Amino acid sequence: MTSSAVTKSGAPARTHFGLHQYAICMAGIVWREGLRFLHQRERFISALVRPLVWLFIFAAGFRQVLGVSIIPPYETYVLYEVYITPGLIAMIQLFNGMQSSLSMVYDREMGNMRTLLVSPMPRWFLLSSKLIAGTAVSLLQVYAYLVIAYFWEIEPPTPWGYLTVLPALILVGLMLGSLGLLLSSLIKQLENFAGVMNFVIFPMFFASSALYPLWRVQESSPWLYYVCQANPFTHAVELIRFAFYQQLNVRALAIVLACGIVFMAGAILAYNPAIGLSLRRAG
Amino acid sequence: MTLASQVLVPRLDTDAPVPALSIRDISHSYRERRALVDVSFDVPRGAFAVLLGLNGAGKTSLFSLVTRLYAAQHGSIAVLGFDVAREPAQALSRLGVVFQARTLDLDLTVMQNLLYHASLHGIGGREGRALADDTLARTQMRERAHDKARVLSGGQMRRIEIARALLHRPSLLLLDEPTVGLDVNARKSILTYVRELVAEENIGVLWTTHLIDEVEDGDDLVILHRGRVLAKAIAGELVARAGAMNVGGAFERVIVAAPSELDA
Repeated sequence: MTSSAVTKSGAPARTHFGLHQYAICMAGIVWREGLRFLHQRERFISALVRPLVWLFIFAAGFRQVLGVSIIPPYETYVLYEVYITPGLIAMIQLFNGMQSSLSMVYDREMGNMRTLLVSPMPRWFLLSSKLIAGTAVSLLQVYAYLVIAYFWEIEPPTPWGYLTVLPALILVGLMLGSLGLLLSSLIKQLENFAGVMNFVIFPMFFASSALYPLWRVQESSPWLYYVCQANPFTHAVELIRFAFYQQLNVRALAIVLACGIVFMAGAILAYNPAIGLSLRRAG
Repeated sequence: MTLASQVLVPRLDTDAPVPALSIRDISHSYRERRALVDVSFDVPRGAFAVLLGLNGAGKTSLFSLVTRLYAAQHGSIAVLGFDVAREPAQALSRLGVVFQARTLDLDLTVMQNLLYHASLHGIGGREGRALADDTLARTQMRERAHDKARVLSGGQMRRIEIARALLHRPSLLLLDEPTVGLDVNARKSILTYVRELVAEENIGVLWTTHLIDEVEDGDDLVILHRGRVLAKAIAGELVARAGAMNVGGAFERVIVAAPSELDA
């Protein structure tokens, strides 16, 4: 139930918030993120161009060099373009998650973040709403990429794959977005974001199964294989790869879920007023 | 849901003298540096209180604690009797805030900015739009509703930020150096507007500033220096007590008379 108090000025100050108010708040945050996304067309274009460059140039060039044997979930030999597509999808979501954290740092420096954090809604809820908004934007990017990839003859075995991959995309988006939120609390200034590119995005992407199957990595470097296994991005890629083929990789699911929870808990702690790590640093 | 259909809670309807803002024994440090030391004062409803201090006095730190951007290490803060730390939802829903930095989303229109703010308070749909319309009308900015925030002047942006802070009908309005960066006319206009609000809407206002000419004789004045409250009184009374010609003179005498250890 919602209740409110009327002040002498006729003010409808609420004392408790019901589900309806929470839904309005979340919808408002998602709506604002969507509007910002629509206003930043270059962000949408660059989000698409990046994986398409990998697909059309890198994958085409390496098609003859990098052979992929039959490994689950594939039941036949697949083209290299087909193999790296789940990795490129996860890359879209990785960049989007980091872009969200960039916008959080920007908002914090510009002051917009404060308007969000002085909302009477619980802070965990505000951060979760922000996370959901970012994930929704990443889904738009991924499906736009899949539409283009379809014309490159990269598609799931049946059209159902487009649907079965959706829950995996949501989970991966939430996990990578949580990581972005956590990072945004640790970054002091916008300029430091270049470090995120060097120390987070590139290592996560390259030390994973996005570009090459892990058995190949193991053959060439056993320690790198273990690094890839410890990398949550590897499991995000595998979750998407299996879901695209209407299969569930339980281990990948468990790791993505666990990492998402840990990252989100860390972000909520970092944005807790009692700890106030990020805001205190921002002055 | 309409406003009329909402359940009323009598606690805030009483004429009991619960101050709009009550700050008690607040101390806060950033590692070794003490930013605030035993700060206490009240802002009654219907009062225009000025928190006056030089740069670095601790005004923004206090502001951040009141808005719960981070938690106070010692002491308590209550908005209309609701403790900010223990009852944050109740306290923050009665608080309107204008930050020193511009916080409008420049890519959104004025109306979109207001609707976003409404949603952060759980107000949506027709109710949110009606409140936004009403607030814009009260701030005489209705004709700019569909302009992008980016095209507004500094003074207009401030007006919209004040409108936004008032949208959910708070009982306490906090403004952190709201006239910084504005020209003389815009400063005067904003100040006059907020003073009118106090009279018309019976809300408490805490206006932080380092500009002495923004203080009037009838204002509640709190002088903050190096994290400590050096004086709190009606501005005119403080001037008389200090034997000064004006608020500026009184401010200087209070600062000069401050214990020397504060300057360490």
